[in-house]
Amino acid sequence: MLTKRIIPCLDIKDGRTVKGVNFVNLRDAGDPVELAAAYAIKGADELVFLDISATEEKRKTLADLVYRVAEKINIPFTVGGGIRSSEDVDILLKNGADKISINSSAVKNPGLINELVAKFGSQCIVVAIDAKQIEGRWKVHLVGGKVPTELDLFDWAKEVEERGAGEILFTSMDHDGTKNGFANAALKKLSRMLKIPIIASGGAGEIYHFTETFQLGEADAALAASVFHFEEIEINDLKRSLKQQGIPVRV
Amino acid sequence: MDIQIIDYGAGNIQSIKFAIQRLGYEAQLSSDINEIHKADKVIFPGVGEASSAMQKLKESGLQGYIPELQQPVLGICLGMQLMCNSSEEGKTKGLGIFDVDGFKFGDGEIGPQIGWNSISNLKSPLLQNVPEKSFIYLVHSFYAPLTEDTIATSEYGLEYSTALHRENFYGTQFHPEKSSYVGEQILKNFLML
Repeated sequence: MLTKRIIPCLDIKDGRTVKGVNFVNLRDAGDPVELAAAYAIKGADELVFLDISATEEKRKTLADLVYRVAEKINIPFTVGGGIRSSEDVDILLKNGADKISINSSAVKNPGLINELVAKFGSQCIVVAIDAKQIEGRWKVHLVGGKVPTELDLFDWAKEVEERGAGEILFTSMDHDGTKNGFANAALKKLSRMLKIPIIASGGAGEIYHFTETFQLGEADAALAASVFHFEEIEINDLKRSLKQQGIPVRV
Repeated sequence: MDIQIIDYGAGNIQSIKFAIQRLGYEAQLSSDINEIHKADKVIFPGVGEASSAMQKLKESGLQGYIPELQQPVLGICLGMQLMCNSSEEGKTKGLGIFDVDGFKFGDGEIGPQIGWNSISNLKSPLLQNVPEKSFIYLVHSFYAPLTEDTIATSEYGLEYSTALHRENFYGTQFHPEKSSYVGEQILKNFLML
């Protein structure tokens, strides 16, 4: 049986992890490679690296990082952040990334999804969607959730699937950082509407939030950052608990 | 050990190279039939769409040589599917090594399988020391049904062949290079064949 995936997300700036990471027994928590290897051992099913640096050397730094991560870890990983073109994707995949994720660039140029799918296959193209509710309607936001658009979350998600994306990573800006649980109603609607997997993001605080997002939100995977980085939730404990509740996980 | 990974422009080859490296061996990428021919072990990777991958294989001139190889050959993911008779994807004729045809899951009614699934009914030296119900990582929309070449099964809407074996040819629908310690064991087994 296909299992539900648990995905830690690492924010990267200039080749280093940002956002406080508080891992005991880790020599250098700022080193994404060491952190990634630690997560692989702890039982993470996949990793997401989100590059938030804006320097000119960004491309090369990120490609070097991807190479070093791929060299070391034996689970799949996705790289996102500022990817705009087929050349950007090519260099990341060649250096060993399994998947790439695009967000704002897909909204600005939806044809990019088709182009990347045709060139690299849908299996490696993840479209990340940040959205929040404005007057009761889910609207897609850009630039890390700062810039609102007129796009409806569900219309956009449908279009993303039709254009061939392999997966959707949906972050609720309303839930992100609250630690009050995932946006399960919206997730359920997305999961029922689409055939491609939906990764839930934003709002993880407690173990039962993961249970809820798999049972109520019908998500295929759940992504979180700080609860894992600060060891508030241990992936092993989380998976054991999910398994006890009848949710299929890899343990 | 001379390990060659067939490089025909389809797939994330770097990951396989790294996985071999983590086991203490070096693999070379090659599209040169002479290099591939004299290798001890050959890995046939592939991701993406079947008909375009097959097209690349034809253009590289390797299509006719692969079924003739005598040493252990491991097809991974799309590589395994191309070793079958055909794939429904792009109505592609395959290499005909495994006597089975590839089909789309649920006639397109269910989505692609992405993530970790377990493997059962294991047989073959490729899978020795791998416990039943071990987890492996997969990304695919097309599958090979059960056949006499089946050496492992998984379930996704139905029970299908998640690994195949015939003579010196092996195929895994999953990605051993991304399947944690289970995948490492399987790659190690392949190198020890």
